[in-house]
Amino acid sequence: MSTPEQNAPVHTAGAAEESRPSLSALLLDPSFWADWASVVGLVGLVIVFGIAQPVFLSIANLQALLLAAAILVVLSIGQTFVVATAGIDLSLAAAVMLGAIILGLVDAAGYGIFLACALAVAATSAVGFLNGVLITAGKIPDFVVTLGTLSGVTGLGLILSGGEPIMVGSTFLLRLASGSLGPFGYPVWVAIAAVIVAHIALYHTRFGVHLLATGGQVESAGALGIRTNRVKIAAYTISGFCAGIAALLLVARIGSAEPQINTSLLLNSVAAVVLGGVSLFGGRASILGPAIGALMLTALVNGLTLLSVSAFYQPLAVGAIVVLAALIMRYQK
Amino acid sequence: MSAVHHIPPSEAILACQGLSKHFGSIRAFTDVAFQARRGEVTAVIGDNGAGKSTLIRCLVGVHVPDGGEIFFDGQPRPFANPDEARKAGIETVHQNLALIDELTVAQNLFLNREIVRRIGPFALLDRKAMKQQARAMLSRLSINMPSVSQRVRRLSGGQRQAISICRAAGSGAKVVVMDEPTAALGVQETANVEALIRRLREQAVSVILVSHNFDQVRRLSDQIWVMRAGRMVATVRSSETTGNELVALVTGAA
Ligand SMILES: Nc1ncnc2c1ncn2[C@@H]1O[C@H](COP(=O)(O)OP(=O)(O)O)[C@@H](O)[C@H]1O
Ligand SMILES: [Mg+2]
Repeated sequence: MSTPEQNAPVHTAGAAEESRPSLSALLLDPSFWADWASVVGLVGLVIVFGIAQPVFLSIANLQALLLAAAILVVLSIGQTFVVATAGIDLSLAAAVMLGAIILGLVDAAGYGIFLACALAVAATSAVGFLNGVLITAGKIPDFVVTLGTLSGVTGLGLILSGGEPIMVGSTFLLRLASGSLGPFGYPVWVAIAAVIVAHIALYHTRFGVHLLATGGQVESAGALGIRTNRVKIAAYTISGFCAGIAALLLVARIGSAEPQINTSLLLNSVAAVVLGGVSLFGGRASILGPAIGALMLTALVNGLTLLSVSAFYQPLAVGAIVVLAALIMRYQK
Repeated sequence: MSAVHHIPPSEAILACQGLSKHFGSIRAFTDVAFQARRGEVTAVIGDNGAGKSTLIRCLVGVHVPDGGEIFFDGQPRPFANPDEARKAGIETVHQNLALIDELTVAQNLFLNREIVRRIGPFALLDRKAMKQQARAMLSRLSINMPSVSQRVRRLSGGQRQAISICRAAGSGAKVVVMDEPTAALGVQETANVEALIRRLREQAVSVILVSHNFDQVRRLSDQIWVMRAGRMVATVRSSETTGNELVALVTGAA
């Protein structure tokens, strides 16, 4: 069980210095590559696409790429909070659709774009909250609950919209979609802000530590007085909130609220989280990893499009990369 | 079988009466009375499955008992959750429920007791202060730890146990509850934990110690409570008992 030579506490009181592994040891460690899979993948893709199609590296294309990645980055952040608790949110893309529909309806009813945006975000946050309550209080597996809300929320969106797209001709959203500040468009800044806020919440607040503790060992966390159910509900609510922000960006981007679920958004949000080195078993997470994972998946689609590869091959490529990433993750510490 | 005697409530720091806990059809314990005196080391012994851990968990709010009363500091005070018990000054080293593998040593030591800095309306973790205090806590208890920034996943059983004991004992609690703290430890580590328990007693901290080791219990404790098959069957002063008597009480051969 325990070997005394190793374990015996030494009776010299003193703080040992923090040991850091050397760079070469780091590069030989498979878990280093697992932790940084998304960065390595992104750099690899940029090099390959840059050589194969120099237009890929043009400023205009890079800006377009970032703009296209913004929605997925925001969704991946939401998914990260849920996965960190060892859960999964399958209702994410459906919540985006519901948020978009509510935004469209409230705006069309003449209540003004700001109220429309606020209600959209409130509705998606409520979906997340409901997920969390059903999973914790109802003691139903996350998978089943979010699959149920995926279907329920889709139905609600269809009923509310009557299955018809709703045009949203707001100048505020138009400016959000097309305006820019410095090198980046506003949606990119929204994604950057989301990354910063989420990173601080995860690494620099009590909530972040309690989230990881809940995802790591839920019973031990509970025995120390952490309200693990509340932490899980908060994680799902954050996920819903992120879906709301994504809905605003989506409606701004396409100018209308579509009663359709973009399933690749859901799959890619999970893929980005996996690529970002977040453990699907919970307890281990980062924000930068999934954000870069989202960027990488967007770069993949963008590059394949520039190389005139048929759109039919894109899901295949995404799937292959995600399975590859999952294989690499097995080497994670 | 000795009668379960009662001490004046003002002398008991943590006590219960008529306490029961079932898990579905499994009866963990029934109608248990127990008292831990202020400033003493109170031991709970009994065979595997006697219900010791479940009793401890009910006393510190991890489980809600099915029936009975819990008293803290003379007042009826059932703890609805572990946080209330910790806020009241009870720290526990749980059997099998201890550390979060993916968090660092310092994060584990301060879990749910994090030090924060206020910046306007926000409270951000003061990681530097927590690391410094974690090192101080560990060195006060002579626990050698290469780095407090290390994840605990990689640590040995003895090191992990040392951290959870350090968390419970190093925070200035009024009552420290330890459920089989030396079960997984080597000889030297066990001696260290026993020295620590004596030191806590000298500092007038009340200790509740669950143990399998009758010699250890007689060396360390003032009062011994004996559980058998979900019942509290006896209590004796440690100074007035023998190893043979304890064996007889635990096995029911008396
Ligand atoms: N969470 C639980 N669910 C179901 N049964 C449990 C649970 N915890 C303990 N028990 C049962 O309660 C009884 C007492 O267990 P325990 O308190 O761990 O005993 P001890 O600590 O004295 O070895 C055992 O039969 C055990 O299987
Ligand atoms: Mg036990």
